[in-house]
Amino acid sequence: MADPEHRGPRPTGFDTLTLHAGQRPDAATGARATPIYQSASFVFPDTDFAVGLFNIERAGHVYSRLSNPTNAVLEERISALEGGVGAIATASGQAAMHLAVATLASAGDHIVASRSLYGGTHNLLEYTLPRFGIETTFVDPRSPNDFAAAIRDSTKLLFGEILGNPGLEVLDIPRVAEVAHAAGLPLMVDATFATPWLAKPLDFGTDIVVHSATKFLSGHGIVIGGLLVDGGTFDWEASGRFPTLTEPYVGFHDLVFAEEFGPQAFITRARKEGMRDFGACMAPTTAFHILQGLETLPLRMAKHVENTRRVVAFLDAHDAVASVSYPELPGHPDHELAGKLLPKGAGAVFSFELEGGREAGRVFIESLSLFSHLANVGDAKSLVIHPASTTHHRMDTQALAAAGIGEGLVRLSIGLEDPRDLIDDLGRALRRASRA
Amino acid sequence: MSGTRIEVAGASAYVGTGSGKPEPDAPCVAFVHGAGMDHTVWALPARHFARKGLRVLAPDLPGHGRSTGPARSTIPAMADWLADVFDAAGVEQAAVVGHSMGSLVAWQFAQGHADRCRALALLGTSMPMPVTDMLLNAAKDNHHAAFDMANAWSHSPGGSLGANDNPGVWMLGAGERLLERSGPGVFHADLAACNAFNADEADGAVTCPALVIAGDEDRMTPARAGLDVASHLAGAKVVRLAGCGHAMLSERPNEILDALIDVVTER
Repeated sequence: MADPEHRGPRPTGFDTLTLHAGQRPDAATGARATPIYQSASFVFPDTDFAVGLFNIERAGHVYSRLSNPTNAVLEERISALEGGVGAIATASGQAAMHLAVATLASAGDHIVASRSLYGGTHNLLEYTLPRFGIETTFVDPRSPNDFAAAIRDSTKLLFGEILGNPGLEVLDIPRVAEVAHAAGLPLMVDATFATPWLAKPLDFGTDIVVHSATKFLSGHGIVIGGLLVDGGTFDWEASGRFPTLTEPYVGFHDLVFAEEFGPQAFITRARKEGMRDFGACMAPTTAFHILQGLETLPLRMAKHVENTRRVVAFLDAHDAVASVSYPELPGHPDHELAGKLLPKGAGAVFSFELEGGREAGRVFIESLSLFSHLANVGDAKSLVIHPASTTHHRMDTQALAAAGIGEGLVRLSIGLEDPRDLIDDLGRALRRASRA
Repeated sequence: MSGTRIEVAGASAYVGTGSGKPEPDAPCVAFVHGAGMDHTVWALPARHFARKGLRVLAPDLPGHGRSTGPARSTIPAMADWLADVFDAAGVEQAAVVGHSMGSLVAWQFAQGHADRCRALALLGTSMPMPVTDMLLNAAKDNHHAAFDMANAWSHSPGGSLGANDNPGVWMLGAGERLLERSGPGVFHADLAACNAFNADEADGAVTCPALVIAGDEDRMTPARAGLDVASHLAGAKVVRLAGCGHAMLSERPNEILDALIDVVTER
C-alpha cells in the first residue's frame, strides 16, 4: 500500500510557470523578455550538425515552419502549465485540431466526438475530413455510454470540449477517458474555454489537449493561434491501433516513433510530419503576444470568473431573461460535475435566452455599448453574439432548435471591465429588448 | 526499424539501434540507461552514431521499457547481463556509455570485461552512489512521490524551468512520464542496486580510454563525485557542464553528443 507520508518536492507554482517556464534570459543579449526570433531559418554551425538536425540527433532549429525559438518558449510554457511532455504552436486552434487528427488518423479511420462543439471544429469533422476519408460520429457529450457505443474498429480518437460551445455542457472527462482507454483509444479535449488555470484536462485522464490560444491564453483579441499539447500518457504500442506511431514511417527512413521517442512519440511525429508537410505554423510575433498574455493568465482568469459570476447573477434574476446557462448555477445539468472539474470557476463564456425571440435578440445586441458584437471570445473586453441573427441567420426556428440554439439565445464573453458597468450596459439593452 | 529484439538469459531484450543499418564489421557503441529509464533517453546520440555507421546497442535493461524478465538487483548482475547482450548480439567489443545507474553498470562492465570495452563514458556518475532513505522508501512502496523526487532532483534549478534546446519539449514532463512507465518494483530495484554498489568489491581494472561528464548543478551525483571517479581512471578526460543537472541528456543534448564523439569514435 502507498504510504501517505511519502511526499515529493513541491512543484514550481502555476503562477511562476506562467512567467518563467521555457525561457531564461537570452544568452546572447541578456534580454529578460522572450525575444521575437523573426527569422525564417537558422544558420548551421557545420554540415554535420545540419545533417544531425534533420536526422533528429541534434537539438535545435532549422526552419521556422518546423520550430522557432520564440515559439519553443510558448510550447514549453503551455506544456508546463498543462502538465504535458511537449507541445506545438500552430497557426490557429483549427490548425492544432487538424494536426492532431492528421497525426493519428488516415483515410478510412473514424472519430467519436461530442456534438457540442465550436462551429469551426464541427465543420472540420462533419464536412471537410470526410472528403479525406475520415468520418466522425457525433454523440451527446453528457453520455459516456454514447461515446462507447459509437466506437468502431476504425476509431482513432475520442474528442470533446471541456466546456461545450455554446451550451457549456461539461465533459465528464474521467468517465469518457475511461471509455476511451478501455477501447485502447486516446481522449483529446479542447480546453480553450477553461485554460489550464481553471482545469488541467490531463489530470483527469485526457491524453491530448488542444487550445485556441486566440482566446483567454493570449487574452487580448489581437492574434490567431493554436496549441497542441501531448500528455505523453497514452501507450500507443499497447493499443495496437496506431500504425503512424508504431510502424516504420517510410517518410522518415523507417523511423518508428513510439520505439524511438517513447512518451514523446505523438508530439514528435506531429512536428516531424505534420509541421513539415501541412505547415500550419505560428508566426513568432504571435507566439510573443501569446506569451505576454500568459504572463497575466492567473490574474485575468480570476477576474474573468469574478465578473462572470456577477453578470450571471444579474441576468438570472432579470425578468427579460428566460434562462441562463452557466454550470455554476444550481439548475444547470452539469452543476455537480463542474464543481468537481472546474472548482475555480466555469469560465467566462456563457449563453442566456431572451424573452421575445429573434427580434428581441437583434434589438438587445444593437442596444449594447460596452459589449462588442463580434465572432470571438476570451478577449479582455466583453463580447456578445446573437447566433439567430448572425452566424445562424439562415436557419429557421426548427433548424435552430435542432442545433440547440434558441431564437433568443445570446452568448456573452465576459471581459475585465468594472462589472457594474457591464451590468448597467446589459440592463439598458434588456429594457429596450423587452419593448421590442 | 528503430530497434531489435534478442533473446538474453531466457528473456526478450529490446535493443535500440538508433535506426541504424550498420555493416557487419562496424564498430559498436553501447548505451546503458539510468534507474527507471529506458533506451529512449539515448535517442539523439544513438541516432547520431548509427548515422555515422556505428553499430548501436541501446538496450532496455531487464524489466525496463520493452525488455522482459526481472529487474536485476545488483550492478554486477546488470553488467553481466550486458555481457550477455554482447554475446547474443555477436558483439565482441564496444565503447560503453552509461548515465547515472548506467554509469555504474558501464564501469563494472569495463573493469570486469576489460577486453570487451574499447572506451568508457560515464555521465552523471558517483562511486558510491548513495540514495536517500526518503527516495528508497517511496520507491519501495511504488509511491508516485518517488518519481516526483527523482525527477525534480534530476534537473538543475534552471533546468526545472525548462528552456532546453529540444524545441517544444518540457523536460520535467517528459522525465516524469518515462519514470511512470517503469513497472512495479523496478525503480526500487534500481535505486537499491545503486545504493548498495561498492566499487571496492570489483577486482578488475579499467584500462580503456575514459570520459567523465559532470554537471555543475547535479543534485543526484554532484560534480565533485564525478571528478573523484575520474581521478581513479587513468588519463580520463573530464567535461564539466556549467549550470547542468543530472538529467544532462535532456538539459544539454548537443554538448553531451559533442563530448561523446571523440571517445566513442576513437579507434
